[in-house]
Amino acid sequence: MTEEIIIAGFGGQGVLSMGKILAYSGIMQDQEVSWMPSYGPEMRGGTANVTVILSDERISSPYLKVFDTAIILNQQSMDKFEESVKPGGILLYEPNGISQHPTRTDINIYQIDGNKISTEMGNKKIFNMVVLGAYLKIKPTVELNNVIEGLKKSLPERYHHLIPLNEEAITKGMNSVKLYTIENQVC
Amino acid sequence: MNVLDIIKPENQVFCKSKLMTDNTLSYCPGCGHGTAHNLTMEVIDEMGISEDTIGVAPVGCSVLAYDFMNIDITQAAHGRAPAVATAIARTWPEKYVFTYQGDGDLAAIGTAETIHACNRGENIVIIFVNNGIYGMTGGQMAPTTLEGMKSSTSPYGREIESMGSPLKMTELVANLPGVHYVTRQAVHTHKHARKAKKAIKKAFENTRLKKGLSFIEIVSNCNSGWKMTPLESNIWMEENMFPYFPLGDIKVNGVLK
Amino acid sequence: MSELKLMKGNEALAEAAIRAGVDAYFGYPITPQSEVIEYLMTERPEDRTGMVVLQAESEIAAINMVYGAASTGKKVLTSSSSPGISLKLEGISYLAGAELPAVIVNVVRGGPGLGTIQPSQADYFQSVKGGGHGDYKLYVLAPASVQEMADFVEDAFDIAFKYRAPVLILSDGLIGQMMEKVFLKDQQERLTDEEVIKRHDSWAVTGKTNRERNIITSLDLQSEKMEARVRRLMKKYEQMEKEDLRYEEYQTEDAEYLFVAYGSSARIAQKAVQLARAKGIKAGLLRPITLFPYPKQVLFDLADQVKGILSVELNAGQMVEDVRLSVEHKVPVEHFGRTGGIIHTPEEVLEALELKIINNECIRHH
Repeated sequence: MTEEIIIAGFGGQGVLSMGKILAYSGIMQDQEVSWMPSYGPEMRGGTANVTVILSDERISSPYLKVFDTAIILNQQSMDKFEESVKPGGILLYEPNGISQHPTRTDINIYQIDGNKISTEMGNKKIFNMVVLGAYLKIKPTVELNNVIEGLKKSLPERYHHLIPLNEEAITKGMNSVKLYTIENQVC
Repeated sequence: MNVLDIIKPENQVFCKSKLMTDNTLSYCPGCGHGTAHNLTMEVIDEMGISEDTIGVAPVGCSVLAYDFMNIDITQAAHGRAPAVATAIARTWPEKYVFTYQGDGDLAAIGTAETIHACNRGENIVIIFVNNGIYGMTGGQMAPTTLEGMKSSTSPYGREIESMGSPLKMTELVANLPGVHYVTRQAVHTHKHARKAKKAIKKAFENTRLKKGLSFIEIVSNCNSGWKMTPLESNIWMEENMFPYFPLGDIKVNGVLK
Repeated sequence: MSELKLMKGNEALAEAAIRAGVDAYFGYPITPQSEVIEYLMTERPEDRTGMVVLQAESEIAAINMVYGAASTGKKVLTSSSSPGISLKLEGISYLAGAELPAVIVNVVRGGPGLGTIQPSQADYFQSVKGGGHGDYKLYVLAPASVQEMADFVEDAFDIAFKYRAPVLILSDGLIGQMMEKVFLKDQQERLTDEEVIKRHDSWAVTGKTNRERNIITSLDLQSEKMEARVRRLMKKYEQMEKEDLRYEEYQTEDAEYLFVAYGSSARIAQKAVQLARAKGIKAGLLRPITLFPYPKQVLFDLADQVKGILSVELNAGQMVEDVRLSVEHKVPVEHFGRTGGIIHTPEEVLEALELKIINNECIRHH
């Protein structure tokens, strides 16, 4: 099994850390992983993206043109990465702030309202965990208990008390993800 | 008294330091470098620290210091001796580390390394021989060349307006908190040499006590570069260099004079 | 025993340096390698092993600090990125001339000038064709993974001390910034001062005892002596070519077309091999692990088997010259690479093989 993922959005949305937790979770289940970020000033206020690969085999290129899954959190990233989803692949996006919704019909498109859910939970910082939960519902590449282990590994000890909240956010995300079809688009 | 009497050991009144090699000095006759070398080696010998001393030679006239000083020496790239000495002192904190540098090396190309080693208060000794000219490359202008002084790159004399003022590096570093001891000496007479030796000794004592950086400027002559006889150059130095670079302690035990 | 971690290439290199018993690191921050010194400062290796870490005032000061500590036989490391390495080149030339062991890391970004902070492999010439002044070469290791960023630290020091010569680890922003699984070796004890003296007493400046004084210098004013020094260096480089060449072959056994690529480009070219094979094109990859010494003979031999070679590099065409020199016109050799910090995709690499080598071959045959 190899899963090639791009996560893209604004700097500050937790794009890189979501990728990191996913990579850690892969390690927890003995997979090969790579995490390749965009870096530098383009991240500040601009777009941030990270390519995460989970595989049972040695990973060749950490930098890719096409992906099994794209997790998209802003319009710029939608413009850039909708076309890069492999036919039959998955595009998961957060509709807040998206004006041009995806139009491809050869891929599976899902929505998660991460902003609304994390605001309701009273902590905007767990936004990325809601999105991660949505992804894991669609594609259970890593098991939830491994994600929790991954969180323990990637978070400094002083934040470990926040793990239950993160777990709750993941579960909320799992329960809230919706299939998006061109027909049910609100105009 | 004939020659045979004179060279009898009991008649000896002066000898070079045991830590000076028998290689013939490559310095011009009349140059102060030989005396400065010898004083440094005398101090190291008298303190009994030669086995624990590592020297850093510069680029310039004293690039070949390792030919004359019978101790372990590494020769640095131009201006970088304080950086080289920093690393040695950091990785061998029990050793005595000193740099021996000229004005081009320390006050021009190596200004950044000098200032930052001083600012960090590295536990090293810097011996700075200032003769106001680039000797080795044939008498070009140095940052310490005096106003109006002729050199091959200031053939009509140093003009302050276009070439800047002679740089008082020693006063500059004295203001940095990391620097423990700063003094300016000369070696052209016995009296001056004795005082200079005392200063060098104090500097190495500071290293032993881990007091931080000691900075000794030796104002010296360059009779070849200045195009004078050795005696003329010493008189010229006293009359022209000393007023601009006054001798004496500038900072002692971390306190400015 | 080893410890498994998820780390950036830069961090893995820094941690591996602590564990390899490195005595000192001197550096100056520059993107995309600042994580090396940041990690070291955070980890406080002074407490862990006694390793000295110092942020120098410039890359120039840092490389001369390396020169100082290396003069005394200590294991000393520095790292930088392209513009910073340009500043270090004088010092690197001195290290080579004075025959000092040291390890320098270049996490390459795009140039020339201030260029870009994004990944690049445009420092190939600088790394293998001298860079600094004078007749010298660097032993150059090119890691292609985070694991190799860690492993090559120890390998580099082994070579540096075997030959008393500076060694370069040539990485880039992609390998430095990405995270992968890395197995870290157990902590090695740093040598004590007494052990350093015992090991290197024949040359290192640690204080003159009952032996002749040791002198470290690259200066020989007598031409005959200087020529002897240069000959001594050349002999080392010949020995490196005989004993310490490293490379890796991927699906070359039946390959009709060959990619040659190092570091991050080798990873991308590996995927291009997979894509090519899925299309029925028998492609293979030769990955030089050492860029000097270079796998000249391996390439010369592979040229008898393949129909064409594509050198894949994140630059405007540098290593391709060494590929051409190695194959001596037996088969067509072309270059493909993006610049400016753009990373070529595996698809682009395969397309370049088809356009520049396979299609041209049809033209040649007709």
